[in-house]
Amino acid sequence: MEQKIIEILEKMHPTVDIKHETALVDEGILDSLDIVTLVTELNAAFDVCIPAVEILPSNFNSVEALATMVKRLDDV
Amino acid sequence: MRIKNVLQYLEHTAARLPDKIAFSDGSGGASMSFAALLDTARRVGSTLCRAGMTGKRVAVLMDRHPAAIAAMLGATYAGAVYVPLDATMPKERICYILESCRAGMIVCDECNRALAESFDRLTMTYEALTSQPTDDISLRRVRARQIDTDPMYIIFTSGSTGEPKGVVGCHRAVIDYGEALTSALSLDEQSVFGCQSPLYFDAPLKEILTTLMMGATTYLIPRGLFSFPLPLIDYLIKNGINTICWVSSVLTNVSALGALDVRAPHTLKTVVFGSEALPICHYHAWRKALPEATFYQLYGPTEATGMSCVWRADRELSENERIPIGAPLDNTGLMLIDEQGNEIFPLIDQASEIGEMYLRGSCLTLGYDHKVDQTEAAFVQNPLQDAYPEQVYRTGDLAYYNAHGELVFVGRRDGQIKRMGHRIELGEIEQCAQRSPSVTQAACVVNRATQEIILFYSGSAQEHEVMAALNCYLPRYYLPARAVKRSALPVTPNGKIDRKTLSKE
Repeated sequence: MEQKIIEILEKMHPTVDIKHETALVDEGILDSLDIVTLVTELNAAFDVCIPAVEILPSNFNSVEALATMVKRLDDV
Repeated sequence: MRIKNVLQYLEHTAARLPDKIAFSDGSGGASMSFAALLDTARRVGSTLCRAGMTGKRVAVLMDRHPAAIAAMLGATYAGAVYVPLDATMPKERICYILESCRAGMIVCDECNRALAESFDRLTMTYEALTSQPTDDISLRRVRARQIDTDPMYIIFTSGSTGEPKGVVGCHRAVIDYGEALTSALSLDEQSVFGCQSPLYFDAPLKEILTTLMMGATTYLIPRGLFSFPLPLIDYLIKNGINTICWVSSVLTNVSALGALDVRAPHTLKTVVFGSEALPICHYHAWRKALPEATFYQLYGPTEATGMSCVWRADRELSENERIPIGAPLDNTGLMLIDEQGNEIFPLIDQASEIGEMYLRGSCLTLGYDHKVDQTEAAFVQNPLQDAYPEQVYRTGDLAYYNAHGELVFVGRRDGQIKRMGHRIELGEIEQCAQRSPSVTQAACVVNRATQEIILFYSGSAQEHEVMAALNCYLPRYYLPARAVKRSALPVTPNGKIDRKTLSKE
């Protein structure tokens, strides 16, 4: 799952060291268009539906945070 | 009292409500009262006078912060013309703007200093500008010479079509706009704005101007919040924001991500949208979430200072109806002109034909900076009379009157193409595609080589579903060659869909 998330993010920001970045939002790497794109792509790739309450900076700052969120939603 | 300079609004309001917060970013430490704003702007103005900037262009490269507004008003105090820039603009664009407007100086804040100094022009920091005392005599001398047709700012168009052009706005037009807008939207001292726009467009004039005029308060919402709809809604509620004037796509983002179902921004009393079409399903979602609020759609080109038309949502729209842009603001003249140069009028109980909108009145800006040819092409003699010189602005935007006599925006003149002898409005195809709640954004472009129409869209709908839906609504010759799904469409810095980028794909 992490690998797939890295692929999606690398497509959006090819020059960023996605794997090791822990402040994707706080550093301003992801903008509002990226967040909408990411939500759409994650929903499609993992067959989940990320609800509004999960769309928070803390869930989008790193690959690990994104993966944790998707797994949690997948278990429901 | 006769108003001929925008600064008079600030001076009146600062005398009346000195301690009220004028501008804030919501973090407490970064708030500026009217008295502080007045004092700071006068200091900036005094220093700029001493530096010989009266009558020159002063570029402002500062973060989106109340201090940037003080710097722009300070340039106005000095009788200079301010040119707002932003650190997020590409460096070549900043270079182009500085060259194109012959900027005499760059005013920057400490955090943008290195960037500002990299352009090899006279640079002064905001901190240095405000550390000097006010020079009352110089400021009075400048004011005594100013008239209301003097330029106040130059704002560069986003450049989504062609080379950026600097639109020169003057005091008279801004005053005319402010007076008309505050009355159309019923804005007053109790208005608390949540400003979305960057400061380098005409869009924030809506909030800045009316705040100065009415003694309202504007929160400059941090840009990052627009990525996260629930924290954004919490910010609105926490700061008691009751009025928003946002680009439609920003409203769409909030509703599309499901945030309104979780928590409605119940402090909002006035919701204003514009700049591009708001899909009707998102309009309904917002209205349902805020049944007590009043909704308005605005329309207007930068060349007519800001907004020129307003529609107040005072009737129910049918399912497939386009949200109208209504009628021109008070003291703005609008003429709908057909291809033969005749005026089109509303008809009783049926829609009129489509024509191009021309605007006239005190709301017009002075034209494009250092671009005589482009100015003459767009600011033309009134086509309906030749008795005396009367400059009107040809918008390039198409509209018609619906059966209610309200204007409805159709699209750009250059978005109109001919195919097999039929006239096609690309905007019509987009509008159709967006009837489906599973289509969030839609934009049509024409491939110049093949002349094919391509529809780009985002949302959960599949490409064949979108095509099938269009097939139901549109005549055959109107159908795009294909629909291409994207997880999101590219947007310009102001949040409009970037068709120029799409047409290159």
